[in-house]
Amino acid sequence: MSNTRQRSTPHRDARGRPIVAVTGLGIVTSLGQGKDANWEALTSGRSGIHAIGRFPTQGLRTTIGGTVDFLFDRPFAAPELSEKLAMLAAQEAVGQSGLGQPGDFPGELFMAVPPVEMEWPQKQDLAASIEGDVDYDGLLREAATLKHKAMHELFLFGAVADHVADAFGTKGSPISLSTACSSGATAIQMGVEAIRRGETPAALCIGTDGSIHAEALIRFSLLSALSTQNDPPEAAAKPFSKNRDGFVMGEGAGALVLEDYDHALARGATILGIVAGCGERGDGFHRTRSSPDGKPAILAMQDALADAGLTPDDVDYINAHGTSTPENDKMEAMSCAAVFGERMARLPMSSNKSMIGHTLTAAGAVEAVISFLTIAKGRIPPTINYTTPDPAIALDVVPNVAREARVRTVLSNSFGFGGQNTSLVLTAEPARS
Amino acid sequence: MQRGVVITGIGLASSLGEGIETHAAALAGPIAPVVDAMSFAPYPVHPLKPLELDRQIPKKSDQRQMEPWQRLGVYAAGLALDGAGIKDDVETKSLLQVIVAAGGGERDHAVDGAILTGLRGANAPGAYLNEHLMGDLRPTLFLAQLSNLLAGNIGIVHGITGASRTFMGEEQAGVDAIRTAHARIATNQAEIMLVGGSYNAERRDMLLLLELGGYLRKGDFAPVFDREAAPGIITGSASAFLVLESAERAAARGATVHARLDRVVAARSKRTAGSVEQSLRTLIGGFGALSPDLVAISAATGAAGITAEEAAALASLPQARRIATGDLVGHAIEAAFPVSVALAATALSAGQAKEAVVTGAGHWRGEGAAHLVKA
Repeated sequence: MSNTRQRSTPHRDARGRPIVAVTGLGIVTSLGQGKDANWEALTSGRSGIHAIGRFPTQGLRTTIGGTVDFLFDRPFAAPELSEKLAMLAAQEAVGQSGLGQPGDFPGELFMAVPPVEMEWPQKQDLAASIEGDVDYDGLLREAATLKHKAMHELFLFGAVADHVADAFGTKGSPISLSTACSSGATAIQMGVEAIRRGETPAALCIGTDGSIHAEALIRFSLLSALSTQNDPPEAAAKPFSKNRDGFVMGEGAGALVLEDYDHALARGATILGIVAGCGERGDGFHRTRSSPDGKPAILAMQDALADAGLTPDDVDYINAHGTSTPENDKMEAMSCAAVFGERMARLPMSSNKSMIGHTLTAAGAVEAVISFLTIAKGRIPPTINYTTPDPAIALDVVPNVAREARVRTVLSNSFGFGGQNTSLVLTAEPARS
Repeated sequence: MQRGVVITGIGLASSLGEGIETHAAALAGPIAPVVDAMSFAPYPVHPLKPLELDRQIPKKSDQRQMEPWQRLGVYAAGLALDGAGIKDDVETKSLLQVIVAAGGGERDHAVDGAILTGLRGANAPGAYLNEHLMGDLRPTLFLAQLSNLLAGNIGIVHGITGASRTFMGEEQAGVDAIRTAHARIATNQAEIMLVGGSYNAERRDMLLLLELGGYLRKGDFAPVFDREAAPGIITGSASAFLVLESAERAAARGATVHARLDRVVAARSKRTAGSVEQSLRTLIGGFGALSPDLVAISAATGAAGITAEEAAALASLPQARRIATGDLVGHAIEAAFPVSVALAATALSAGQAKEAVVTGAGHWRGEGAAHLVKA
């Protein structure tokens, strides 16, 4: 299987652009660290959701989550865990790619990071030395002593990506981005765009989220977005089921090394797949709800397919956004039906979130990594907890048990608050001549 | 292979007021900046000149669901869309791609203070925190805090159905937002984009974050490049949004072109003494020979060390009239670079110079520069 073409006739996609190959994948979730551990658990239908032990949950409506609890043996802030998760996923991905040298990655960094703000333990540290009632003027006076300088960098939005850029020696100005729950997919899309522009031969694209703390959980809880079926925890996330009642927060990171296909071929890299197309649409309808007609989601999927030069018939499997909220799953099923028509009844579509929860900022990247594993292994991870089908949305959700299948093209969906809709078309390596 | 990118819409709002004319007059100078040294003493800020929100955000329900930084940004974005003549152009708004440089939302300061006070005496602090967060946080506050909800609100209020992306990461988010928007149009990945940022300086939670690192100036206002005695940032409430468009598209629809955005570049130096100067000199040097009729707009923070280094880098442009954005409207973190590019485009549009260079060095990380040419 050698590349018989001349270097002077580079490979191009249907639109004459550089082809974007994937040469490295890394993942950490509540199921474990690394592709092997995650794949084994995902295809066994095992859940990573459990009772939260990180902070007291007395008085909370939701007390479960897919927290990643195996990385620190001390208290930590969300940016610290998000950074650790990103570093581990990136190490796995960059290591697999064999691209560059340690600390010298020849490409740009695109990172989906959770929005950061100062957390309660740190504010309590500042408040400890204030006499009388605490207010922000008191906190400011304590800050001005410069005894707490490390907190500044800890809670900067750009610090996690900056540290990752330092560790891997990525080039250029690192991007920290958010498109809410489609952030991980946007990080991949931005890497694709930079490579297509010829701006960089490679990109390290990461989605990371380690932000399950009391206030983060309470904020989603106050919006009634979370499942409250706490017992048993592993049964709470039940995408597409009739009794679904909200999502379960999860943590994790996914990292992908994207590389100009010809650049990867020239160095003899193993090509794990292709990011063939990206589509994104805004939804000006509502801050948390999707357009009732599903139009933005439909257009995002259609745009992604058009960008890839493919048609709905080319798709073998849909990696669903599938959050397990009543509204998302209904809207997603309806939108897929609009794109895929009658084929939807037999087109497999499963939700990784049934096992790992909703990894929020990381989800698009985590699920893209799982999608490439699905292509490589010829096996589709199931939607677990599918015991009460929702008759309003008749789907092949690959219920409860993994399935062998030849999968060459995956459509991966990510939808988020604020009207963010992103779809990626992920394919197997093209047959070489 | 790269095609021309032009600025066809400028939306600006700050302590000076709103609009191109107001800011063009300030650029022509001299002006006295609007400074409030009392409300957040000892930290001076440049407070926003109150906006008639109804003019850009007609629904009160929309106004209520936003925080000041979001209302300011949505307002400035509306000014840019109006200026570009696309506010009511549904087809263009379905193509319009949005990039926003944003921080996070404002804390409920009273709730935080009360909980912190109560936590000190609580027997079960975890349960106490849960109970009070569940009871005292407004459910919709979260939506006003999410970074990407400025973009979301711009979409909702102005009916933009193209996609949006939000960049975070303090000052450099503003540089990268404009750099990315420019690159996408220049390489045919987009036709028209709305890009900018918004910052509300009148909030103690952000002052706290900056002061933890010792970055704020205390006392009175002093010009950005004349703060050696007491260096530091004076933040300002400000927002700028730009409509960027391919030159062909702008010409085809007969749009008013304020300026051509020639190049936008960014770097991330490992901060050591002299690294910011070297980084900015390299970025500016890449622009080649520049006109003698040049204005240099600096987004310098006023922070110790790096501000003098930026001045030294700008000395490589001896012909330029140097203007510090901070002297006009204060430092607007994520919005600082977009505001500075908007001011540069305003200066060119008003015939104050033939070319403009914009520079900025983030208070903690990142350097950026842009080159604009009179249309």
